[in-house]
Amino acid sequence: MGVTRERTSWVGQPVARFEDEALLRGEGRYMDDIDPVPHAGHAAILRSPFAHARVNALDPARALALPGVIGVLTGADVARLSRPFAVGVPDAPPYLAAAHEIARYAGEPLAVVVARDRYIAEDALELIELHLDPLDAIADPDAGEVVSDRSFSYGDVETAFTRADLVVSERFRTPRWSCNPVETCGVVADWNRAAGTLTAWANFQGPFTLHSVAAGALGLPGSGLRLITPPDSGGSFGVKAAVYTYIVLLGLASRHLGVPVRWTEDRIEHLTAGSHATERRTGLEAAFARDGELLALRYDAVEDVGAYLRAPEPATLYRMHGSLSGAYRVPAVAARNRVVLTNRCPTGLNRGFGGPQLYFALERTMTIAAQRLGLDPADLRRRNLIGADEFPYRTPSGGLYDSGDYGACLDDALELARYDEWRIEQAEARAQGRRIGIGLACVVEPSISNMGYITLAQTAEERTGALPKSGNAEGATVSISPIGGVTVRVGTTPQGQGHRTVCAQVTADALGLRPEDVDVVTELDTSTSAWTVASGNYSSRFSGVGAGAVHLAALKIAAKLGTIAAAELGCDPEDVDLRDGKAWHGDGSVSLRRLAGIAHWHPESLPAGLEPGLYETAFFGAPNLAAPDAEDRVASSAAHGFVVDVAVVEVDGETGAVEVLDYTTVGDAGRLLNPLLAEGQIRGGFAHGAGAALFEHIVYDEDGNLLTGTFMDYVCPTAPDLPRLRIGHRETPSPFTPLGAKGLGEGTTMSTPVAIANAVADAIGRDDVEVPLTPGRVWELLP
Amino acid sequence: MIPVAVEVNGRLRREQVEPRLLLSDFLRHQLGLRGTHVGCEHGVCGACTVRVDGAAVRSCLMLAAQVDGASVETVENLAGDGELTPLQAAFREHHALQCGFCTSGILMAASDLLERGRPSRDEVEDLLSGHLCRCTGYEPIVDAILQAVEQ
Repeated sequence: MGVTRERTSWVGQPVARFEDEALLRGEGRYMDDIDPVPHAGHAAILRSPFAHARVNALDPARALALPGVIGVLTGADVARLSRPFAVGVPDAPPYLAAAHEIARYAGEPLAVVVARDRYIAEDALELIELHLDPLDAIADPDAGEVVSDRSFSYGDVETAFTRADLVVSERFRTPRWSCNPVETCGVVADWNRAAGTLTAWANFQGPFTLHSVAAGALGLPGSGLRLITPPDSGGSFGVKAAVYTYIVLLGLASRHLGVPVRWTEDRIEHLTAGSHATERRTGLEAAFARDGELLALRYDAVEDVGAYLRAPEPATLYRMHGSLSGAYRVPAVAARNRVVLTNRCPTGLNRGFGGPQLYFALERTMTIAAQRLGLDPADLRRRNLIGADEFPYRTPSGGLYDSGDYGACLDDALELARYDEWRIEQAEARAQGRRIGIGLACVVEPSISNMGYITLAQTAEERTGALPKSGNAEGATVSISPIGGVTVRVGTTPQGQGHRTVCAQVTADALGLRPEDVDVVTELDTSTSAWTVASGNYSSRFSGVGAGAVHLAALKIAAKLGTIAAAELGCDPEDVDLRDGKAWHGDGSVSLRRLAGIAHWHPESLPAGLEPGLYETAFFGAPNLAAPDAEDRVASSAAHGFVVDVAVVEVDGETGAVEVLDYTTVGDAGRLLNPLLAEGQIRGGFAHGAGAALFEHIVYDEDGNLLTGTFMDYVCPTAPDLPRLRIGHRETPSPFTPLGAKGLGEGTTMSTPVAIANAVADAIGRDDVEVPLTPGRVWELLP
Repeated sequence: MIPVAVEVNGRLRREQVEPRLLLSDFLRHQLGLRGTHVGCEHGVCGACTVRVDGAAVRSCLMLAAQVDGASVETVENLAGDGELTPLQAAFREHHALQCGFCTSGILMAASDLLERGRPSRDEVEDLLSGHLCRCTGYEPIVDAILQAVEQ
């Protein structure tokens, strides 16, 4: 079928969102807004007050006697009715949806009360008699129990260090934080006794691999757990992946009590027992030649995943494995990865997911090395950036970088940020006693995760017994109704990114329509949606595989329309052009409505061999995502964007307060499907990164008690706290995705913490800066 | 139970409420006005902001019994059956919402601010210091509100 070149492409246009009208009217339908089954009981969860304790007795008798209480599910019931969650490390301790004999973190579920309303359920929690013996708690990752210890070496690392002129060897720490979407988690669970199956509505962000983990814990085949997501989700940034443990917990409550059960997490529960980012302690050694050439990197990472290894952990540690060398041409890389358990909340997906942790060490090291080599930090980076003519580029650890022009991005960023002028201003300010600092960060932003990377937590030998895992695929369905309405269905479970709008743009291009002619349904239903184990919303996969699958499904519909139209217009299908809601051949045309009518109302007239109806599903699998090889190399992601940030800060010498004077980010995420939405992602990622740099920090005391359990203690940035953001783009298409797009939801979350830290280090002349750079912490570092 | 007579979005509602019922739960679960969202229930995030007798308040920090005799406006009333208000339209134009969960509260606080004069950029940012948005980075929200000021 021919495509007229002059037709405007909707992809690439800053189309305003179709989602917004309902949301602005207060007509969004989020998890707590829907009542999918009548007469659901309301759940409240009894949680451990201690970080580590033996449960000697848990007696719900008085709670059960309270009018309005339907029943109680205890940890003992959970142990009896379910299996431990599956996880990718052989010797991880068993993890159930509630604790039975031993509680391992403050906030761990111990029992669920179900009552007529939430107020009564919370009253009843206080009536449960609980006898606990506190045990010694481990709150320090360095004292944690090691459950996985793997070492990797690529290239001749030892020789590189031997011939180095400079070895930078520093230790870095990235603390726990959590993305805290404003909507908390929620579940409605409805156990079907006759069939022995569970239907669950949840603001989950998959199915992803975690649907299988939840079904396995419930002892159900995948088809026995029907998961449905509501129309709208109030943000996730990864953390709602952890809802699956509550799908199991509330599903068991529904099964045990014989009623549908609903639960909406409150903020204190979310902060206490949600999904924190890992705390990572990294020793990084970097070998340099005198001229600045980076010769080798050697990581030693200790990753605190909390009380249990909750799937998909330890993925935070392996998501970036193909990018251990960052944006640089380095021949040799080694890493030791230790995963440790502490008596703290289990960790999980948070925007950036391993990127902030990795780049804090790597990009601090580059800045420190530049200073020791007497080079400008921009020059040292430029010296080592992978060249534009080297793509596709294979990293030592197996990453396959698809495309880019890193040097040009760096030049753009320096110019846009007026880097040279700031250096002059900085010198002048210093002469006046002011502490201005400039920080850079260059980060490769991987997107579209290889489903096999997590198996690196096992040795090659351990992996041989199991089915290899690889790839990343997504499905989409495009259909046209008997009177011509176009519907797209996707399993990408958006949480505010605007998938409906982009899918409408992509489909409009393929079918010669306007985006407003296309309805997009994003509610996932695992019993009817086209999905696979990768489906969902994480690792910035939508614009590559999600929109890519929509594109392919729409092309299938377009091909079928072309075949039907060719018979009507008396031409070859290749000569049919779809535009303006019609199929054209020369001056002759037939409307889309008529073509749909033929497919549905008059199948007798269809060309021979053509199926009736207009309903096509396509799956797109990202290429070049093989399973890890015997040498532990893995292409951990399919697409790789690039981000360069330039931060300018001033530190108040009296108070230690950090003011960000200027912030520039230049990104290359391939083809931008909708620049308006792309900038929204970049701004949002920046806000999370700036929060981590300056404010956000989950704090435990030495006994494992959480000290940041409310929004009064866990400080999220607000409007006056953030600088205006200057954004630049380049667009080097990815050769590996159907539309040339790469993910861009996480790059600035990876770059901003270290760019600001580099700027503060520059301002105060210290190497040992640690985020969050709160005034008290900076003040103590002031010379 | 306590009798409450309250004008909600221009309509008088007579209800019986428990003394401890939060205004946010009353609006959402008793009156079905689910455009008002609950993000923290301790008065920090601002998602549940509604207007009581014209003033922006946190509905999670008030009891339903306290609005007896008052007039309450929620996000559903801004445009009603008509077109989006200039403030709402500016949010769409500036991509000032992503997940949209915090938006209702910000719209109610901003509509209160706009009725009280012509705020500067600093004053708009000050207003937003009482609202958490985790998606947008705030700058598009500030721009949208300032555009509505101009209109």
